[in-house]
Amino acid sequence: MIRIANGQGFWGDWLEAPVRLIEQGPIDYLALDYLAEITMSIVQKQKQADPNLGYARDFPPLIGRIADRIRERRVKVVANAGGVNPIACAREVRSLAPHLKVAVVLGDDLFHSLDSLLGKGHSLSNMETGQPLAAIRDRILSANAYIGAFPLAEALSRGADVVIAGRCTDTALTLAPMIHAFRWRPDQWNLLAAGTIAGHIIECGAQCTGGNCQAGWQSIPDMANIGYPIVEAEPDGSFHVTKHPGTGGRVNTGVVKEQLLYELGDPRNYITPDCVADFTSIRISDAGPDRVRVHGIQGGPRPPSLKVSISYSWGYKAIGSLVYSWPDALEKARAADRIVRRRLDQLDLRFDEIHTEFLGVNACHGPAAPPSPDPPEVQLRIGVRGMERKAVDRFTRELVPLVLNGPPTATGFGDGRPPVREVVAYWPALLPREEVATRVEVIE
Amino acid sequence: MKAPLSQIAHTRSGDKGDTVNIGVIAYHPEDYPVLLREVTPDRVKAHFGDLVKGEVIRYELPNLLALNFLLHEALGGGGTLSLRIDAQGKTFGAALLRMEIELDR
Repeated sequence: MIRIANGQGFWGDWLEAPVRLIEQGPIDYLALDYLAEITMSIVQKQKQADPNLGYARDFPPLIGRIADRIRERRVKVVANAGGVNPIACAREVRSLAPHLKVAVVLGDDLFHSLDSLLGKGHSLSNMETGQPLAAIRDRILSANAYIGAFPLAEALSRGADVVIAGRCTDTALTLAPMIHAFRWRPDQWNLLAAGTIAGHIIECGAQCTGGNCQAGWQSIPDMANIGYPIVEAEPDGSFHVTKHPGTGGRVNTGVVKEQLLYELGDPRNYITPDCVADFTSIRISDAGPDRVRVHGIQGGPRPPSLKVSISYSWGYKAIGSLVYSWPDALEKARAADRIVRRRLDQLDLRFDEIHTEFLGVNACHGPAAPPSPDPPEVQLRIGVRGMERKAVDRFTRELVPLVLNGPPTATGFGDGRPPVREVVAYWPALLPREEVATRVEVIE
Repeated sequence: MKAPLSQIAHTRSGDKGDTVNIGVIAYHPEDYPVLLREVTPDRVKAHFGDLVKGEVIRYELPNLLALNFLLHEALGGGGTLSLRIDAQGKTFGAALLRMEIELDR
């Protein structure tokens, strides 16, 4: 049996979680997931500004902080903290933790090979719209293939204490230690599917130990000290989900089922670079306090193509808000919205979309929310999105004046005008897997 | 007897681009047939009204006593393009719990 913990569900997750996982009980592997789709474009921009950057900057200081524990307890860290510059990330880790052996997984970054791929006849057309990549070629910010667990397992087999990947799948961080420890082969689909589903359960950190959990959330104990998840994996593909004793949170079938369904598409076809997992084959049961057993998982052959995530510059957006109080708060907010739209129109500003929401009334649930007769306060929230920065910037100056020249009781304008944000959009594409050559390098 | 879905099920929702997924899980096995009968794609689509512009698809996971719904074109363009407060569909699951269904008991 091996214990694989997840101490980071995204870049920005709780800094204490990985430290507590390694200090509060036994684990063999510590998986850390840093990369959301938006993260790739952010790190690409950072690398363009400084060739020594382009990775999750929280990661090296974390490894510095837990380096002694990693060595004492022989824990292996597997992380996709490398972003678009795993080597720079590894060098920084080495400078903070010189006694650790660090390996990087390379090959996912296709930013500089797009033209040669297009030249070979790969269209990289948008999986959802069918549009050819040429439509956005000059606006691309990053391009990465989602790679699977086998290169990460190879890095572990080369004795690395810390494995740093770029854009691997989130589930690969959990599956790789199993492939490595149990010597699973690339055609053992059921086992690979089991490890993938274990990864799906823990890849969002505390979301499988009581965080963001609807079932009985009021009774979930000690959320301030919530324990992050641990998978106890067996060579036959069965596993338990648990957390360290004495930590807060809850692990039971209800909690784990919520996470199993999180961001799920077709449950019979959960496609990864390593296999296709079947969520309808999962057998799940409570196996003691804060302990869930999962077994029976089946899977099928890996797909011939890898998914490529391309980010590109779309334009700009800005979102601002004002609060109106009782009486007639909603009516005032609606009137203010009409005034803003009229003024934007008079300025002849054109946007791709203007979107208004009334927080406290129906912003989250829309028509499913029951009418609220006369709420104590309503937050008016208006956003615009457009290709021209100038128009979006002008919009940001149209909200605060309403405090003096619109309906009464406007407040909540303390932050002044809202910032203009660059919009980065995504372009999912497919590429035959032979075109993506991964390799492992040990950084001395 | 009519009751909100929250009486027999819990949910979690998330996003994939401009699509929201909602997992609906029955607390008790005897209520799973009620989910299958009452929580249909058409009713889910109607529940969300103009919030969901596209198709609603339902998958069944009887092993988890669960349904998985995909609500297409539900996030104003999705992730980074969206101007919505709930750009990632985090609250759609809770919204579905308001749905009135007919219970057997």
